[in-house]
Amino acid sequence: MLAPSRLRPLVLLAALTAFAAPAAAQSLTGAGATFPYPIYSKWFDVYKQKTGVEINYQSIGSGAGIQQVKAGTVDFGASDAALSNDRLKEMPRKVVHFPTVAGALAMAYNLPGFSGPLNLTPEIIIGIYFGRITTWNDKLIAAANPGKTMPAAPILAVHRSDGSGTTNIFTTYCSAVSGEWKELVGTNTAVSWPSGVGGKGNEGVSGVVRQTPGAIGYVELAYAKQNQLATARVKNRAGKFVEPSLASTTAAVEAASAQLTKDPRIPIVNGAGEGTYPIAGLTFLLVYQDQKDPAKARALADFIGWAIHDGQELAASLDYARLPDAVVKINEATLKSLTANGKPLLAAR
Amino acid sequence: MNAVGASLMRAERAPLPRRRTTRAGAWNADRLYRIVLRALATTVFAIVALMVFEMVQGAAPTLRMFGARFLATTDWDPVFDKFGALPYLYGTLVSSGLALLLALPPALWAAIYLAELARPRLGATLAFVIELLASIPSIVYGIWGVFVLAPWLRTAIEPWLIAHLGFLPLFQGFPFGLGMLNAGIVLAIMITPTIVSLSREILLSTPGALREAALALGATRAEAIAVTVGAARPGIVGAVILALGRALGETMAVTMVIGNTNHISASLLAPGATMASVIANEFTEASDHLHLSALFEIALLLFALTLVVNGLARLLVLWTLGGRRDVARAT
Repeated sequence: MLAPSRLRPLVLLAALTAFAAPAAAQSLTGAGATFPYPIYSKWFDVYKQKTGVEINYQSIGSGAGIQQVKAGTVDFGASDAALSNDRLKEMPRKVVHFPTVAGALAMAYNLPGFSGPLNLTPEIIIGIYFGRITTWNDKLIAAANPGKTMPAAPILAVHRSDGSGTTNIFTTYCSAVSGEWKELVGTNTAVSWPSGVGGKGNEGVSGVVRQTPGAIGYVELAYAKQNQLATARVKNRAGKFVEPSLASTTAAVEAASAQLTKDPRIPIVNGAGEGTYPIAGLTFLLVYQDQKDPAKARALADFIGWAIHDGQELAASLDYARLPDAVVKINEATLKSLTANGKPLLAAR
Repeated sequence: MNAVGASLMRAERAPLPRRRTTRAGAWNADRLYRIVLRALATTVFAIVALMVFEMVQGAAPTLRMFGARFLATTDWDPVFDKFGALPYLYGTLVSSGLALLLALPPALWAAIYLAELARPRLGATLAFVIELLASIPSIVYGIWGVFVLAPWLRTAIEPWLIAHLGFLPLFQGFPFGLGMLNAGIVLAIMITPTIVSLSREILLSTPGALREAALALGATRAEAIAVTVGAARPGIVGAVILALGRALGETMAVTMVIGNTNHISASLLAPGATMASVIANEFTEASDHLHLSALFEIALLLFALTLVVNGLARLLVLWTLGGRRDVARAT
């Protein structure tokens, strides 16, 4: 492979010193989630310019990324859903989670003749996706939107047809606010939907929503912002109707930080606090706690350290919510727990 | 008349006689040629066998766990590990059947016109354009289905169907534009060029003597055409089966317009899903062991379905060749 010309002296130097010090210009490989791919590729790009460390990432989906981690074919995996206890046990060695950025789901809707913003409560969202609330002038919706006349149009509930971390966050939220949902439908990247239609990808869901008067669907906040979709305000646990935004998403992470300290895998949906947006989730890097190759492990740890500090500055420009300081501290503690062949990685330097 | 045409066509298809040469070198070259070609032909078979083997292996957990119930149940629940393929089997058959129903009459008439009635140059030009249609990537049809067909169905066609034919279970529900009807129409348009262009070729290859004989016996133009079409029937059935194969396996366009739910509904306006679409949708994120296995079994099922359809087609061709009827008449 040809290196850019200004890196060539560096590569040459690396080759010359390769016999003395094994880790001059490392390259790392990762695979997994598609949701954080835009920010990750930006990070990898900027990080390569800064340090010369090249990171190859395949955005093949969280599920496939987890498989690759299990098979040991990549240096790190990426997933929108944290591994369950069962899945962790299936892994050959202990895997740790690094939350990197947060994202939220916006409820995008298409209601001609209605001047927003639309207010939704958890009961309305659950009712629509169960297929029980079928028209927009339902009394629950009217009660949440006082002073507005709701059209009598039928509701079309749109979900992701492809397995997706987005669906995982949405169904996590539904299970958190409705015991019935938890029992009958559950939480997963793909579930058995009680009603509605499925669109493939964010573009598929938003395509159906834009095309169909009366449709409502969940899409990633970044996608909704970039495509200027009309999005609803959702009632949070404190009883406030909150717009989906980067700030209200970070607030959701902040609100959960006490639990996240105990276990970074805890879902952050339906969090406490007045300003928190309730349908939010973190995306993770998955790394083996005990690494085999000390040089690679150090490069990986350095990158994660950079991503959770300096890298966060780049998040907002790509519509991802940055981590609050409390969660950065959790990541720092996890970084310190990494070892290479049993020896602490960071203390060794 | 029918049998005459068929036997004429069969004569054309008789294998080449084995060449006997006196030169040893030429014989060796012939043998080498045959061995190489046989190896290539066997490779194709080996690939198919390997694919079946891999799919069976991948599907082993659900095959063991659900057995025949997999074909008969409608649950598809990755959370609670319950999998049944019936909604997808149903969706595949209904969408493809609908497509065939919509495409066959106009496509056949178009082929007859192009082969029999149009002036040769016009026929060739139109056929060329139709063949171009067959090479349009399916995602283009999908985009058309979402952005052009769906709004039209939603605002015009489906409300009309509900108002006038709503007493039939086929046309009940809300007019959302996406669903089985949309998928059937998109598929019909996708397979029409295949049927038209192959049927035209087959009609053109029927012996001219048939037509002339019919006309000489005082048949009208339409009757003469009926004779030709009768003679070409096995080939036309083959063309239709090829088209049906495309409809059964079509993935991208159908996924975009069918609505993707695993509910079986009598209404054509309701959303559904096909075997190909559920694989395309769920394969990348199916990290769960059993979920992945269920998708493998769907793939196996789709493969089996196309085999069955092809087998039925062979039988149909045999039957339309009329061999048995000839035997019956002779005795």
